[in-house]
Amino acid sequence: MSLKKRRFKYLGESLIEGNIKITATFAIVVVFLIFLFIMRESLPIFFNSEVQQEITFGQFFNGIAWQPVSDNPRFSLWPIILGSLKVTLIALFLAVPVAISAALYSSEFAGRRLKEFIKPAVELLAGIPSVVLGFFALIVMASFLKNIFGWEIRLNAVNAGIALGFAVIPSIYSLAEDAINAVPRSFREAALGLGASPWQTALKVVLPAALPGVSAAVLFGMGRAVGETMVVLMAAGNAPLFSFNPLNSTRTMTATIAAELGEVVFGSGHYHALFFIGLVLFLVTFAINMTSWVLFDGLMSKLYGAKK
Amino acid sequence: MKFKNIRFWASLALVVILTCSFVMAGKAITIKGSDTLLMLGQRWAELYMQKNPGVVIQVTGGGSGVGIAALINGSTDICQASRSMKDSEKKKLRERYFNMGTEIPVAKDGVTIYVNEKNPVDELTLDQIRDIYTGKTTNWSQLGGSDAKIIVYGRENSSGTYVFFRESAMKNADYTSSMQSLPGTAAVVNAVAKDKFGIGYGGAAYAKGVKEVAIKTAKGSFRPTAETVKSGQYPLARDLYWYLRGKPSGEIKKMVAWVLSPEGQEVVKKVGYFTVK
Repeated sequence: MSLKKRRFKYLGESLIEGNIKITATFAIVVVFLIFLFIMRESLPIFFNSEVQQEITFGQFFNGIAWQPVSDNPRFSLWPIILGSLKVTLIALFLAVPVAISAALYSSEFAGRRLKEFIKPAVELLAGIPSVVLGFFALIVMASFLKNIFGWEIRLNAVNAGIALGFAVIPSIYSLAEDAINAVPRSFREAALGLGASPWQTALKVVLPAALPGVSAAVLFGMGRAVGETMVVLMAAGNAPLFSFNPLNSTRTMTATIAAELGEVVFGSGHYHALFFIGLVLFLVTFAINMTSWVLFDGLMSKLYGAKK
Repeated sequence: MKFKNIRFWASLALVVILTCSFVMAGKAITIKGSDTLLMLGQRWAELYMQKNPGVVIQVTGGGSGVGIAALINGSTDICQASRSMKDSEKKKLRERYFNMGTEIPVAKDGVTIYVNEKNPVDELTLDQIRDIYTGKTTNWSQLGGSDAKIIVYGRENSSGTYVFFRESAMKNADYTSSMQSLPGTAAVVNAVAKDKFGIGYGGAAYAKGVKEVAIKTAKGSFRPTAETVKSGQYPLARDLYWYLRGKPSGEIKKMVAWVLSPEGQEVVKKVGYFTVK
């Protein structure tokens, strides 16, 4: 290769590298600015005395009623935090076994053809807009489940949780599959060489080795489920009840923001309260995603040594 | 790799199409607000555009509160509202545009109580309705129905109907926290149609596949009909409004005149609401 050509190639590479760096920095800055904005909009609850006449920080944890449009407004976060938690757990209860066994199957047992079919198929599932899932759960699934199980209340946490489960299966599946694929071949070969059956290899060697990555996938799915809005807005019935019963209607933090932000008077206590919910959500999903990332990173260094 | 390419071109095409459509629709009249009025607004817009080629009207819903906020922010020309503007909202409008805006009642509606068609309960008093919605009455047997829990449906608090119902049917008491709030009157009607023990409320035009409950007052028992709504005998009658930022002018003035004309009011009847005059 002539010197001129080599120099040209070098220039091209550094351009691409610079481009990636700028894009990444931009993304980080944007996330940071969003965080600052949400912070700024929720801070008046702590510092602005005019807002504090309507709502204080203590009110968020006092009582169990979320009733912002009222002569005597109440802003307790407990019912909607519980709602988010309830729906998320139900969604994970459905999605985790399905997604992980699918990931294990497609990476350990499926032939090449089948594998090439499964992966795009699951990714296609990820492409279903959540509003479609929500609509389906609201109109079709709710009545269907009610007729089968004889539930008193059609739109409940289980109904929303199932629809939400479908929304998070693809995210858990693809991360879990990556983690399982990352387990070095030598592990499998050693196990098979010792006389283990393919099933024993998959369940007792590969899966435990990939466990940090798989838990990262579950956490990632959990982050998605907590932040998902449209499905829970449509399918959960949206009653801010403080109840542990999964067959009651429930309201999540995201649905509260989505349903109420359109109406609030700009700058009122209610407005800032909604941003405070946003802040809580942001912190929760951020923490979950960070943990998931740290776990996944841990898996990689466990399998391939300290540095990649 | 190929797949990614396709995605890139598809999104580029989408952006181009969207930009073009915005540029083309530069002089559109925008109408936004109440979901109760959405159907009516769309019907009016369609007919008006047919009669006046060259005029482009965009109608969107979102709730009365959303529409009023958009009017104040200047992002819509006409706001549709199923409740009158609050004082705080009027104040904001005045601060920004130095006038009170224009309120035009364009139709009348009776907020209707829906129950499932299989439900034997046929009439309720306002007190009974209030007790259901505040959570005091929880079983149909207390109202002469079968022994089953009442499943209470309503709208989210961004809805004008939510506010109207709370003010006029519930005397400003709070809704029970077990009320399931659904996005849009159509969703409420759908839920009640499928739920044997459900109860819901919403505009009269939406009552399809459900039973309208008569409201019993001292003077008798009334269902929302043209006659009872206009005479005010039906206790949950209300005006539906258009709000403008200033005095109507130009194309908007013409459109308002047409909406209030016999021809425009004929549409009101067809959709299922009641005429203003």
